[in-house]
Amino acid sequence: MMAKLIRNTGGGAALFLYSMLARAEYAINLQQPESPIAYQIFHLHTLILWVCVGIFVVVFGAMFYSIFKHRKSVGHKAAHFHENTTVEIIWTIVPFFILMGMAFPATQTVLAMRDTSVPDMTVKVTGYQWKWEYDYQKEGIKFISSLATPKDQIDNKAEKGEHYLLEVDNPMVVPTGKKIRVLLAANDVIHAWWVPAFGVKQDAIPGFIKDTWFKVDKPGTYRGQCAELCGKDHGFMPIVVEAKEPAEYAKWVADQQAKVAAAAQNADKVFTLAELKAMGEKVYATNCVACHQANGAGIPNVFKALDGSATVKGPKQGHAEVVLNGRTGTAMQAFGKQLSDTDIAAVVTYERNSWSNNTGDAIQPSEVKALRK
Amino acid sequence: MSESHDRYYLAPPSYWPIVGSAALFLMAVGFVMTLNHRGGGGAILSAGFVVFAIMLFGWFGTVIRESEGGLFNKQVDKSFRMGMSWFIFSEVMFFAAFFGALFYARVLSVPWLGTGDTMRELWPAFQATWPTSGPGGKPFTPMGAWGIPAINTLLLLTSGATVTWAHWGLLKNKRSQLILGLFLTVALGATFITLQAVEYHHAYTELGLTMGAGVYGATFFILTGFHGFHVTMGTIMLIVIMLRSMKGHFKPDHHFGFEAVAWYWHFVDVVWLLLFVFVYWL
Amino acid sequence: MEAAHEHGHDHHPSGIMRWVTTTNHKDIGTLYLWFSFFMFLFAGSLAMMIRAELFQPGLQLFQPQVFNQLTTMHGLIMVFGAIMPAFVGFANWQVPLMIGAPDMAFPRMNNWSFWLLPVAGILLLSSFFMPGGAVAGGWTMYPPLFIQGGISYDMTILAVHILGISSIMGSINIITTILNMRAPGMTMMKMPLFVWTWFITAYLLIAVMPVLAGAVTMLLTDRHFDTHFFSAAGGGDPVMFQHVFWFFGHPEVYIMILPAFGIISQIIPTFARKPLFGYASMVYATASIAILSFVVWAHHMYSVGLPTPAQLFFMYSTMLISVPTGVKVFNWIATMWRGSMTFETPMLFAIGFVCLFTLGGFSGLVLAITPVDIQLQDTYYVVAHFHYVLVSGSLFSIFAGVYYWLPKWTGHMYDETLGKWHFWLSVIGFNITFFPQHFLGLAGMPRRIPDYALQFANFNMISSIGGFMFGATQLLFLYIVIKCIRGGVKAADKPWEGADSLEWTVPSPAPYHTFETAPVVK
Ligand code: HEA
Ligand code: HEA
Ligand code: CUA
Ligand SMILES: [Cu+2]
Repeated sequence: MMAKLIRNTGGGAALFLYSMLARAEYAINLQQPESPIAYQIFHLHTLILWVCVGIFVVVFGAMFYSIFKHRKSVGHKAAHFHENTTVEIIWTIVPFFILMGMAFPATQTVLAMRDTSVPDMTVKVTGYQWKWEYDYQKEGIKFISSLATPKDQIDNKAEKGEHYLLEVDNPMVVPTGKKIRVLLAANDVIHAWWVPAFGVKQDAIPGFIKDTWFKVDKPGTYRGQCAELCGKDHGFMPIVVEAKEPAEYAKWVADQQAKVAAAAQNADKVFTLAELKAMGEKVYATNCVACHQANGAGIPNVFKALDGSATVKGPKQGHAEVVLNGRTGTAMQAFGKQLSDTDIAAVVTYERNSWSNNTGDAIQPSEVKALRK
Repeated sequence: MSESHDRYYLAPPSYWPIVGSAALFLMAVGFVMTLNHRGGGGAILSAGFVVFAIMLFGWFGTVIRESEGGLFNKQVDKSFRMGMSWFIFSEVMFFAAFFGALFYARVLSVPWLGTGDTMRELWPAFQATWPTSGPGGKPFTPMGAWGIPAINTLLLLTSGATVTWAHWGLLKNKRSQLILGLFLTVALGATFITLQAVEYHHAYTELGLTMGAGVYGATFFILTGFHGFHVTMGTIMLIVIMLRSMKGHFKPDHHFGFEAVAWYWHFVDVVWLLLFVFVYWL
Repeated sequence: MEAAHEHGHDHHPSGIMRWVTTTNHKDIGTLYLWFSFFMFLFAGSLAMMIRAELFQPGLQLFQPQVFNQLTTMHGLIMVFGAIMPAFVGFANWQVPLMIGAPDMAFPRMNNWSFWLLPVAGILLLSSFFMPGGAVAGGWTMYPPLFIQGGISYDMTILAVHILGISSIMGSINIITTILNMRAPGMTMMKMPLFVWTWFITAYLLIAVMPVLAGAVTMLLTDRHFDTHFFSAAGGGDPVMFQHVFWFFGHPEVYIMILPAFGIISQIIPTFARKPLFGYASMVYATASIAILSFVVWAHHMYSVGLPTPAQLFFMYSTMLISVPTGVKVFNWIATMWRGSMTFETPMLFAIGFVCLFTLGGFSGLVLAITPVDIQLQDTYYVVAHFHYVLVSGSLFSIFAGVYYWLPKWTGHMYDETLGKWHFWLSVIGFNITFFPQHFLGLAGMPRRIPDYALQFANFNMISSIGGFMFGATQLLFLYIVIKCIRGGVKAADKPWEGADSLEWTVPSPAPYHTFETAPVVK
């Protein structure tokens, strides 16, 4: 471990020098605001920052003046005063008024920020360990969004991409110029949905709905991260929002709705084992690897191994039920609400026929459907 | 503080604290093992209790000997009084946390669950009324206020009076009144605990009111449970004081031990009144 | 009477048993200080591992779950194992000496308060070796995440209970000592400010440690006894835990800074050779901070979606705390003003404290502004804020106090040159570590993550380099302390020209028993 550390440190130092020279990535302020609230926050912060800098300069100007002038080594003799009610009152009241000056604009922003009334559209966002689900209830579109950065980049086995850790498979898509209300929910533990450019951060509390809103004018891709410790992969559940012009957004909605219709037809289809296994591998990679690992070995004493597991090698219905309903008292969540029958059938089939498991049986979407309560 | 003509008594080195630490260590380890179903947890936990009991006997025994040996002057007595008052204050804050939880649930979280988006999106069938076991909870019957709880209120209030009566006896140096008063208080305390056990049994077997009965069950049992535990401790302390009185301890002008227990008892009494009002009645 | 009294003094066990059974406030103070120093090194080593992992993007040394364990245990141990016990150690040594008392009011209980700490310490440290590893839910222990963990979570809960018992007993002892054991003539308003700040801190502790105990008790019953305090399905609310926790947690941060204010208020007048300016308003300011600290807790919860009026209330009350804190800063500077200053190590750390604590206070004020905190909540800006108030605040004051009183404790002067080195390396290392974290937070780096996006790489590397520098510097401190205990220039009874509290009237090193006959204070 030590050798590795030294190797990394050496490499790091070189990289450090390189980056100092090559690309000066030294963001020292809030990100460029892209929504009205983020804009207000940006200016509020600037205001307070400068007030504080001002006070700091005055107060410590006085202190350092004193340190240089009133020192014994320059022969300064100590005075003997030690109280003065007038100055005490002054330096109680003046800061008080400075604070009032800050509280006023802050209050206005709070009121604006919390006003989620009359939105143009509403999206329900649900936090899961460790991915987000976006549910456009009116439009009938619902999908899971999880980290798209390959594991090899994280493990330093491949060159890191430009949007390392800030990229997802299915971004949230919104129209520009519209007031979008976001309803926050959580499935397991507390998460927080945060997009800095919008000035939005809202905790998602299991069992409760919280809301917030944003409005973005410039089309583009905006990135954020989960901002509440939610367990192992808290650092790996980014948020990506694509803002599109209303017309393009409408097209996106239509595309998605077409996909939903196509998927509905799949539900009654009968697949071959190989088809299911191929589909299942993808489902596994986005939903299961975080805990059970790519080799199905889990993490000893924390997350169960699937390779050789009694449940996986047992009857397929029992196996599918665990995936559907989760295991209470463990980190195994209920996937029934997140995944379609086809996805569950695929992933169960995959697990039953991967690594050293070879039950040789497949479960069909219709069978999964029958298991749902 | 110059009124004291003699010196403040400073305890010599003592083994009891480290014995107490060992006891808490055993209790903690034993408890954790029990909770996580490791073998041997129960034995370690019991060993912890035994060591703890030995520590209490040894430590308080030493203090009592010192007190009866006349080592404590007025100033020491005053320290003890302050110490006990602040200890009771810390107990008040301990209960405050659970009362806070109760009020939060009743005033905030339960109504939130039953209104607005939270209700519409997540718990459409939930009726936000109190008492409740929550949107996902099992049905249960809440505990009525006017059966056992009302009797228990009377018992505790009476016991507050009997312990004061005992105190008067002590102040007037009437030892039989002191001992009788304490005896009655202990008897009332013991009856309270017995009735509470009956009440719990009733709750579990007939009302479906368990720890698992949502936030009502949780706050009900944590508040009444910790209170019951304090009554038990108080009763044990009263028994000790009674035995000491019988041995001739305490003088009309020197009886901090007695007063400490009496204060504690009154504190337990007041907590009960709050419980009665907010847990059982309203 | 007298015989029994003598008995108390003479038969001391020796060797290790002296320390196990001691009822002497100086022995117990020493135990506390060493315990906290050991814990500081341990939790600091965890911080070094955090900084090593964050040196570069990508996962190099630790898997995410292990990283979360490092973060959580670092925070828990620093707060409960290092900073708090260190201040109790100071209180044990100094409070009786400063008020002219022969010892603490309850010497035996004092011993127990200390010897509970190793019990809690063992529970915490050994949890690393449990199946599933140590706690990884953050030092704030939020459910439902905290409900998911394994056996080490229960060990942590019980450790917190035991620490709570220890703190409550310690506080009762300190309050009683201060109220009941002062030398004749030592009125409350003549007490050194260190005594005052501890007096108020002890009240905070008695008021909030039981609340923390209640909070973790509810966690425990939710984990094992089927209760639903923190689960919506049963009518509870995960956010309720946060309210209870922060009702403890915010006063807790003042518990970690008020004694620091006290230490600094002893040191600055000494080295300015001028009485503390505005003694009375310092006392009132301390009390105001303590009282206000009970009504600001939800500033840690701006992003949970509190009702708007609540957000506004907590924003205003939080901002208000700047006023009494400012009064303290201004009074310190007025004390220096037109003094006759010298800059020995304690004074250097004190000045470093005033400057850098204020900086941390300002970032606190930025966080107090609800909308701004919405951007900064759970980012490295918060990490920067609290390390400014905790490291260059609490920890620096501890360094300052140790240098200030080492001559009294050991009878030797510490090595002044090395002390100055310690100061300068610490200040520089500290700022390199934590200043860039403000930028990271502003730019959007969340806290408690083992890996980060590429735009955060440079500042993280700088921060790590600073961290290693700061960490290594603390080994120098260990060396200085040991060297001073082993020998050095003999310290005078009053080694500091400008000092005037009672501890400087007894010999250096302070004899085992002091003020057996109370001094008379004019
Ligand atoms: C010693 C510990 C300590 C101290 C003293 C403080 C002091 C303050 N803290 Fe800090 N704080 C922490 C320790 C501390 N904090 C910790 C550990 C956390 C994180 C916990 C976690 O989540 O893990 C935290 C988090 C924290 C948050 C939550 C951030 C978040 O998670 O989103 C907030 C928000 O309001 C805050 C605010 C403040 C304020 C306003 C003060 C004030 O008391 C500061 C007052 C001081 C000054 C302002 C400077 C001096 C004043 C003047 C010179 C006068 C003139 C000034 C003006 C008029 C502006 N703190
Ligand atoms: C109470 C005081 C306190 C103190 C003194 C410190 C001291 C330090 N802290 Fe800590 N910190 C917290 C309290 C404190 N911290 C808290 C409460 C949290 C939040 C936890 C949470 O999120 O739940 C936190 C979180 C925290 C984080 C964020 C982690 C995350 O969010 O993932 C970081 C990251 O840089 C950090 C760094 C440091 C460093 C570098 C030091 C340094 O000052 C430490 C220096 C000391 C030493 C290094 C020890 C002495 C040296 C040795 C033993 C020799 C070995 C060293 C070398 C060879 C170099 N701390
Ligand atoms: Cu989800 Cu952090
Ligand atoms: Cu706070």
